[in-house]
Amino acid sequence: MTPLAEHPAASIADTMKLRCKGDWRPTARFEVLRRRAELLRAARDFFIGRGFLEVETPLLSADTIVDRHIDPLPVPFQPERTSRATGAPVVSGGEPLKDTGARLSPEGYMPHRDDLPCMWLQTSPEFAMKRLVAAGAQAIFQICKAFRRQERGPLHNPEFTLLEWYRVGDNLEKGMKLLGDLVEQVAGLPYPEFVTYQEIFRFYTGLDPHYASAPELATVADLHGVPAPEIPFDDADSWRDLLFCELVQPHLGWPRPVIVYNYPASQAGLACVVEGEPPFAERFELFIRGIELANGYHEVTDPNEIRRRACHNNTWRVRDKKQPLPVDSRLIDALTEVSFPECCGCALGFDRLVMIAVGAQSIEEVIAFPFERA
Amino acid sequence: MATYNVGDLRKGLKIQIDGEPYLIVEFTFVKPGKGQALYKCKLKNLIKNTVIDRTWKTGDQVEAADVEEVEAQFLYRQGDHFVFMNTETYEQYDLTADQVDEAWKYLKEGMVCRMLLFNGSPIGVTPPFHVVLRVEYCEPAARGNTATNVMKPARVETGAELMVPAFVEIDDLIKVDTRTGEYVERVKEGE
Repeated sequence: MTPLAEHPAASIADTMKLRCKGDWRPTARFEVLRRRAELLRAARDFFIGRGFLEVETPLLSADTIVDRHIDPLPVPFQPERTSRATGAPVVSGGEPLKDTGARLSPEGYMPHRDDLPCMWLQTSPEFAMKRLVAAGAQAIFQICKAFRRQERGPLHNPEFTLLEWYRVGDNLEKGMKLLGDLVEQVAGLPYPEFVTYQEIFRFYTGLDPHYASAPELATVADLHGVPAPEIPFDDADSWRDLLFCELVQPHLGWPRPVIVYNYPASQAGLACVVEGEPPFAERFELFIRGIELANGYHEVTDPNEIRRRACHNNTWRVRDKKQPLPVDSRLIDALTEVSFPECCGCALGFDRLVMIAVGAQSIEEVIAFPFERA
Repeated sequence: MATYNVGDLRKGLKIQIDGEPYLIVEFTFVKPGKGQALYKCKLKNLIKNTVIDRTWKTGDQVEAADVEEVEAQFLYRQGDHFVFMNTETYEQYDLTADQVDEAWKYLKEGMVCRMLLFNGSPIGVTPPFHVVLRVEYCEPAARGNTATNVMKPARVETGAELMVPAFVEIDDLIKVDTRTGEYVERVKEGE
């Protein structure tokens, strides 16, 4: 198996055209695929045993999560429907995506555009599963594929498997405990230890992540000899990501898994932010052997807050020279119409769980056909 | 100037930074789930042979290096200069001892080497992996000693010195691995 990184092809587009002799074969050994199947069953048993309902939601949706750094795959197609704006029928079609010069409002709002016939392969089933919660589901889980553009590396495949769950009534603590139980009972690993983002960041970098400025973070990166890309000094988040990624994460979860919680408010995703000094996001992540495995939130329930964060992310996307994404969604519609219960949700990269279980170095060892052979 | 989007960087590509050509010898993609993607590279400077680490982020552009490899025949040496000729275009290249580096040890007139051109100018030369050289001087062979584990120094026709087995004699032809600089075997005339 030639990993993509060593492939002679200059771009992913070339790679797709490039069929190599023998590349019809799976990259994962059957022994690993058997272990993968066992873990799938163990995960199902874990949730079903706790009264969770297994659900399936669309992978192809008109809505998409607006993250600054996660790019969904657009599919130039949408079902025939009536324009929300004009009431006129909109013709479905296979038109290629064109740069339509979408303009953002000053606060980062981008509408769904009827002249842009496009649906999105989901980067996670988050929106649809939350719509189920809004409609009354109490505890649900799903094992499905998710898609993220341009993500390919030893731990990434653009198409990957997520295990995602939501349980009504959970606060941050209960949400983290459920993840801990899963680590213990499904993966057969020790129960994780818990540490705040602030503690662990300070321990490895000497800086307080909530207050350190971009120049301070940059100085520490330099002191530790971390090769840094060009990041402007008004983008402290990216500097913090760089330090976390290079100086903190490699140490996390050896040998005992660790759950990091209470993230800086600017990295909240769709987690509740607790106001205070400093404000922090009720977000948590699981790390095992230096690998990030799961991300969970004590969920935001306010539709205006979801809209505000989407707009904020769009503003960054435009700064990063990325296409902005439509802000409105049926999730926002749902939260506007009904009150969303307190709940915790979490998504776990299932392929990485298999990697940990079999001691794989690279994701293609645990998936039958990675992107280059898909 | 051609550029690569960092998303298209791969091991083996040649890129240009601050006017110097680099080869990507290692490439990794890392990305925190919600954070910025990083493209981490180990790069070999094709002129200085030094290795550096560089990290880029999504959306960055990297200049492609106009580096090509051609076949060039070694013509002659003139003092500190080595003169080669492109076997296809007959263009001549004048390389300094610095540019030739270790390769001088193996260069025989008429030898066809691989030459790296950056923006059309030579930056380095690689001799064939194996070359046959005549031993110009060494201590006489110890009688009856054909063991290969006893080594002695020898000077070959290019002026380079290397270790050879004790049984090798003056005027013998020996095959040398240019990648390691080590003796491989003794060969017969005409081989």
